[in-house]
Amino acid sequence: MSERGEWPLYEVFVRSKRGLNHVHVGSLRAGDAEMALRHARDVYTRRNEGVSIWVVKASDITASSPDEKDPFFAPAADKVYRHPTFYDIPENVPHM
Amino acid sequence: MTTSQAASPTTSPTATPSEQDLERHFDEIIARDQRIEPRDWMPDGYRKTLVRQIAQHAHSEIIGMQPEANWITRAPSLRRKAILLAKVQDEAGHGLYLYSAAETLGADRTEMTEKLIDSRQKYSSIFNYPTLNFADVGVIGWLVDGAAICNQVPLCRSSYGPYARGMVRICKEESFHQRQGYELLMTMMRGTEEQRQMVQDATDRWWWPSLMMFGPPDHDSPNTAQSMEWKIKRHTNDELRQRFVDMTVPQAEALGVTLPDPELAWNDERGHYDFGEIDWSEFKQVISGNGPCNAQRLAHRRRAHEDGAWVREAAAAHAAKHSHAAVS
Repeated sequence: MSERGEWPLYEVFVRSKRGLNHVHVGSLRAGDAEMALRHARDVYTRRNEGVSIWVVKASDITASSPDEKDPFFAPAADKVYRHPTFYDIPENVPHM
Repeated sequence: MTTSQAASPTTSPTATPSEQDLERHFDEIIARDQRIEPRDWMPDGYRKTLVRQIAQHAHSEIIGMQPEANWITRAPSLRRKAILLAKVQDEAGHGLYLYSAAETLGADRTEMTEKLIDSRQKYSSIFNYPTLNFADVGVIGWLVDGAAICNQVPLCRSSYGPYARGMVRICKEESFHQRQGYELLMTMMRGTEEQRQMVQDATDRWWWPSLMMFGPPDHDSPNTAQSMEWKIKRHTNDELRQRFVDMTVPQAEALGVTLPDPELAWNDERGHYDFGEIDWSEFKQVISGNGPCNAQRLAHRRRAHEDGAWVREAAAAHAAKHSHAAVS
């Protein structure tokens, strides 16, 4: 609870059907996690949009910097050998 | 390393890019038609414009519950009652999606509600008109939600990610709103002469206010150019208004009602319907607080907020008690 007596912000993640990941759908305010779950059901799944919901306090999320040019992601950029197209295989070799 | 010509891949993680670099990067994202996301750098004006627009939009959904909720207890059948309840609940949901989007920009939800009930932030002029008979529920679905869809579909491509994603959800649900309204009106048109009169009366009263929903004419809309440059808005007010008129005329014909505008006529040359002059003095009166229901709508919202205070406090106290219990 903040100093103004407000309910904390919860981020909501919904699994739309079995076999798929939970996906972030938005946020809401609630007194506690249990209430956040109930509110999430009413706000984000009024039309069978989900089979499972996660809620997590927004203040508990640690996020990377959003800028795609951020050096944080640079280590992935120069490792072309991690991709299958890096390797030359003769065309007459099947199933590869 | 912070000057623009030094923006090489070897920039060290600790170098802070200059304002100019940040602005150029922002402009590039907009130019590539990509989305701006919450923690991205953005110009102050972009953030302010979005907060104003999203808050106003959220408030409209929340205040928009009232004109129709007025008829829930008097809906003529259980079917209509259930539909109306679901629709009004959707409006609440839409308001919450939008408050959630506004919060990603640093706007505070409680503060937005306070600004609404203190008249420091606006909501759509349309909800300051009364719902006088049950046909109004149908006409609101057909015309008011129809106009809202016209406005909102292009906003699904708005440059701000959380706003665009919220609009996608909203647009999916608005389609039900419009169709239930039109179906309700078709049912009434198949009824008695008196019921047909009610539909015509409601259409006469809601037509012009619906056209005003698109906002002032382009020459009198100072924010439009900048909003379009930032791709917050995709079309001008007058473009969207014209699109709405063109879509609605054949729907009115199919329904068998007359739209209350003697100047409404197909213009072959333009490929659009011409329509009469909108009374902008009425629009200005309504948005500055002097519409038929402004005071009533705000008083009701204020009362609901104040009456709910004990619930918010009790839930917070319950949460605090349980988190202490978990620690000890």
